[in-house]
Amino acid sequence: MSAVVEVSHLTRRFGDTTAVDDVSFSVQKNTIHGLLGRNGAGKTTLMQLLTGQDFATRGEIRVFGEQPVENSGVLKNVCFIKESQRYPDDFKPRHVFTSAPWFFPNWDAALADRLIADFRLPLNRRIKKLSRGQLSAIGVIVGLASRAPLTFFDEPYLGLDAVARQIFYDRLLEDFGEHPRTVILSTHLIDEVSNLLEHVLVIDEGKLLIDQDAETLRGSATTVVGTRQGVDAFVADREVLHRDGVGGLASVTVGRLTPQDRARATEMGLELSPVSLQQLVVRLTGSSRTSSSQTVLEQSA
Amino acid sequence: MDDSRPIFVQIAELIENDIIAGALPEEAQVPSTNEFAAFHRINPATAGKGVNVLVDDGILYKKRGIGMFVASGARDRLVAKRRDQFQNEFIAPLMVEAEKLGIGEAQLIDMIRKEGTA
Repeated sequence: MSAVVEVSHLTRRFGDTTAVDDVSFSVQKNTIHGLLGRNGAGKTTLMQLLTGQDFATRGEIRVFGEQPVENSGVLKNVCFIKESQRYPDDFKPRHVFTSAPWFFPNWDAALADRLIADFRLPLNRRIKKLSRGQLSAIGVIVGLASRAPLTFFDEPYLGLDAVARQIFYDRLLEDFGEHPRTVILSTHLIDEVSNLLEHVLVIDEGKLLIDQDAETLRGSATTVVGTRQGVDAFVADREVLHRDGVGGLASVTVGRLTPQDRARATEMGLELSPVSLQQLVVRLTGSSRTSSSQTVLEQSA
Repeated sequence: MDDSRPIFVQIAELIENDIIAGALPEEAQVPSTNEFAAFHRINPATAGKGVNVLVDDGILYKKRGIGMFVASGARDRLVAKRRDQFQNEFIAPLMVEAEKLGIGEAQLIDMIRKEGTA
C-alpha cells in the first residue's frame, strides 16, 4: 500500500500556543482513519494544514506526494467537510449541489439525490433558515457525493439526529466498499464509529498520542475489578492507566494482558472487562500526565 | 461485535456458525466482503480479514472475479474443530466446577441425563 498523506515533524504555532506539536505520521491509501482528541487538541488545525488552508510553522507535509498549499493538482482530489462551513448569504441547498461538481471531478449526482432524500433536506430553503442538523446534512452529502480520493470530515454531524447519523455511517461504508478512497474522520462520538475505523490517530495538546491499527488498539487495555487487596496484588508491578475505587472495591485500567495474566486474574477472583476505544481515549487524554499513559500502550502494543 | 476479541475473529466465527447450521451450504456463494461490512457496520478491511482467515483454513475458496464459496467438506471439518473446542471450553471447566462442589462422576452423569430428557 502507498501513503496518501505523509507528515513529518509538523508544528504549527499561533503566538504562544502550539496547536500542532512535532507530529509525524502517514495515512495509507483507501483506509478509514479516525482522528480523535479533545476540544482544542489540534485536530482541526491539523486538517487545515493537510488541506493547504494553513501554513506550517515547521515540518513537512506531503499529500499525494506533493505540497498541498496552492496546489490545484492535489486540492482537486481533496474534499474537506468542516464543522461550520460558511455559504453565501442567499444560497439555498440546491445551489450547493449545483456548484459542487465544479470543484469535484468525481461528483456523483445520483448519489447526492439519494442522500438528499435520505436526509429529507429541503432544497429550496435559504441556508440561513436551515437547522443545525440540516446544515450538517449538506456537508455530509457533499463529502460522500464528491467521491474525492481523500476526504476529511471534521465533526460532520453536529445537530444530526441518531437516525441521520446512522444513515451517514451506512452510506459511508456502502460507498467506501464500492468506491474505495481515503477518509479521515474527526469525531467525539467515538463509540459510534469505532467499528468503522481501520486506523486511529489520537491527538492531545497538539501531540500525537496514538497512531495505531484499530484492531490492535482493541484489547490493548483492560479494566480489572475486584477487592482492593486482590486488584492491588494483581497490578502491583504494572503501569496503571486509571484507578477508581469504592470502599473495599477497586477498578483499575492496565495495558495489554497475556492469556496467562487473564487466567491468573480469574484464579484470583477478579473480573476483567474490555476497555472500549472511547473509554481508552478518555483515560489517555483525561489528565495532563499523558506521557506515562503513552508508554503503557507502547509497551503493550 | 462487542466483546474484547478482535472483530475479524468474530466475523470468521459468524460465517463458521452459518456453515455449521447449514445456512451456507457447501459450494454456496458467501456474501461479499462489502456486504458483510455493510451488514455488521464494520470496516470492509476488517471484514476482509475475517473472510481471509477462513480462506487460509481452506473453509472458503475464491473464484477469481466471481466471489467466495464454501469448500466441500468444510462443514465436517468445522464440526470436528468445534468438538475439540467444546471439550476444552465447556467440559474442562465443568469438571473443575463439579470437583469444587463435590459432585461425583455418577451424580454428574445423572445431571446430564436429566438435562437431556428435560
